[in-house]
Amino acid sequence: MVSLVLRRFPGGMSGHLSRFGPPIILLLLLLAAPLVLSDFRVNLLGKILAFAILALSLDLIWGYAGMLSLGHGVFFGLGGYAFAMFLKLEAAKGELPDFMFWSGLKELPIFWAPFQYAWFAIPMVVILPSLLAGALGFLVFRSRITGVYFALISQALALMVSILFIGQQPYTGGTNGLTNLTSVFGHSLYSVETQKALYYITIAFLVGSYLLCLGVVSSPFGRLLVAIRDDENRVRFSGYDPAIFKTAVYALSAALAGIGGALFAPQVGIVSPTMMGIVPSIEVAVWVAVGGRGTLIGAIIGAIIVNYAKSLLSEAFPDFWTYFLGALFIGAVLIFPRGIIGLLRREGWQWPQWMSVARRRLNAVGSATASVWRGIR
Amino acid sequence: MTDPAAWAVQIFNGLSMGSIFLLVALGLALSFGLMNIINLAHGEFIMIGAYTTYSLQQLAIVLTGTPAADYSYFISIPVAFLVAGAAGFIIERLLIRHLYGRSLDTLLATWGVGLFLQQLARTIFGAPNVQVVSPSWLTATVDITTTLVLPVKRIFIIALVMLCLGGIFWYMFRSNWGRRTRAVMQNRPMASSLGVATNQVDSLTFALGSGLAGVAGCALALLGPIGPSMGTFYIVDAFIVVILGGLGQIPGTILAALLIGMFNSIFEFSTTAVVGKVLVFALVILFLQWKPRGLMQLRGR
Repeated sequence: MVSLVLRRFPGGMSGHLSRFGPPIILLLLLLAAPLVLSDFRVNLLGKILAFAILALSLDLIWGYAGMLSLGHGVFFGLGGYAFAMFLKLEAAKGELPDFMFWSGLKELPIFWAPFQYAWFAIPMVVILPSLLAGALGFLVFRSRITGVYFALISQALALMVSILFIGQQPYTGGTNGLTNLTSVFGHSLYSVETQKALYYITIAFLVGSYLLCLGVVSSPFGRLLVAIRDDENRVRFSGYDPAIFKTAVYALSAALAGIGGALFAPQVGIVSPTMMGIVPSIEVAVWVAVGGRGTLIGAIIGAIIVNYAKSLLSEAFPDFWTYFLGALFIGAVLIFPRGIIGLLRREGWQWPQWMSVARRRLNAVGSATASVWRGIR
Repeated sequence: MTDPAAWAVQIFNGLSMGSIFLLVALGLALSFGLMNIINLAHGEFIMIGAYTTYSLQQLAIVLTGTPAADYSYFISIPVAFLVAGAAGFIIERLLIRHLYGRSLDTLLATWGVGLFLQQLARTIFGAPNVQVVSPSWLTATVDITTTLVLPVKRIFIIALVMLCLGGIFWYMFRSNWGRRTRAVMQNRPMASSLGVATNQVDSLTFALGSGLAGVAGCALALLGPIGPSMGTFYIVDAFIVVILGGLGQIPGTILAALLIGMFNSIFEFSTTAVVGKVLVFALVILFLQWKPRGLMQLRGR
């Protein structure tokens, strides 16, 4: 239907308007959202925008460099934990955090101590994820592990990190994670004003991340990434070392995901290992695929639409949601591989072969019936 | 800890766990070697196999009035193979062949299938785990010394896997379809131009791999509870086995499965289950630095 409308107005969405129109419209909508939505929904949208940063970070490496990471929740989680450790210590007011006390620890572990200072915890939000991604990426890309192999290794990473966090109850809070985060820099997390401020801060970071990614993909570095995606060997023969560029963009993407996690933690008041596991990590890919991979703005739109739909549908029909999500995974690659943005740009709507065959047969049946009908009349 | 018998038991457990990984990983390795795709719903075939075992046992209880575990379990092994294989065949025909050459997209689409199957199991059997009663003579143990006690269950699983392995070797190296499969693995366009129906080979191999996962589900039903998401629990280990084993190589997969099974159980014994898994993962990543294409690889030109 959208493409029909567009066909009526040729050139209407072309040029600068089609490039910058959707992001600006989206930004205005998001800025205006608190005026019309309830506080609960604004808080929900704030969480979703933190997810949008995560989706953006995945689109940067999947859409542009061709690396499908099925473990991006790990970096989101690490960023979340880094900031939540600071918040937890703020909530504990100089005493030992509750879960450590329950687990029988007598004093704060050494690696926790520096997290009581914001100047340490906040940089760690980006440093921890990018260090892990840099180390893993260096090892993996250096040995020329690509495609499906990389996807599986990143998925294994999600499993390992999440079970590691679950297993270390005294240091990470185990399955529950870090709970009862009460305030951020002295502002209560339960107050509407703080949550609204966090909402606008998240928008600011989302815009910043979007512009950063846009800058990266339109730079020579970004063009090299696309070249690596399309033919890695040719890039190698041209004298570049793809491993270095891939590691760099993987680490950058992990840092962005970490920022998303750090914005997510205070809006929810809890971080837990479940957000780092296999299941949430692979869901990020479907957000990006639904919005349209390799478009950046598509990742944001996809994250917003899928997550909003999730919270609406799973409130009403929890069982139905899983079927829907399964269908979304299949549909996103089989029926509309270019996503919503591809649909808007009128390049995407591909019928799979069996469907187009079925359509042709239906048309044939239709015209046959029509001629028979005419004959009868 | 230092007792050699305890270590022997661990190695034995590792062997039986490794042989289950092998059953799961073989299907993955075959379809990866053939079609260059990884099926993320492969774990759900384990689940299908396990629930088939459970359903047959429930049916036997309804029919005979007694928990006739001794008979129903044996019938359930071939039935689980057929049911999971049929499910794999349908999924290959309906979905996977339309994604030929798009490996990463196949990952996502098959994950969707997996979600679907899990929810279906939840709808049919309910979310709580169910349990299969083991056949009575499988619950015995073989006491070699007073400390070295081997459960018959695990010996049975190893024997079952050996049997399946024998079947696979017969299929791959002695049957006509196996010869065609190997031809397509080596050179698809050439095999196709010489008259091999590559799409039939794809479907059949995929169904075979799925069936093996179903048998693995049968074996796992003896060891633990059956739940809708039990597949995801084992599948990552199977992926690591495939990565370590090398591109679609059956001997590499066998070796990798046994190694992973052993290391898992030895590390778990000497540290904790969690640290053990993480150590194995780290070792595999480091190993790939040395041999990026896994333990065995197809010689390319």
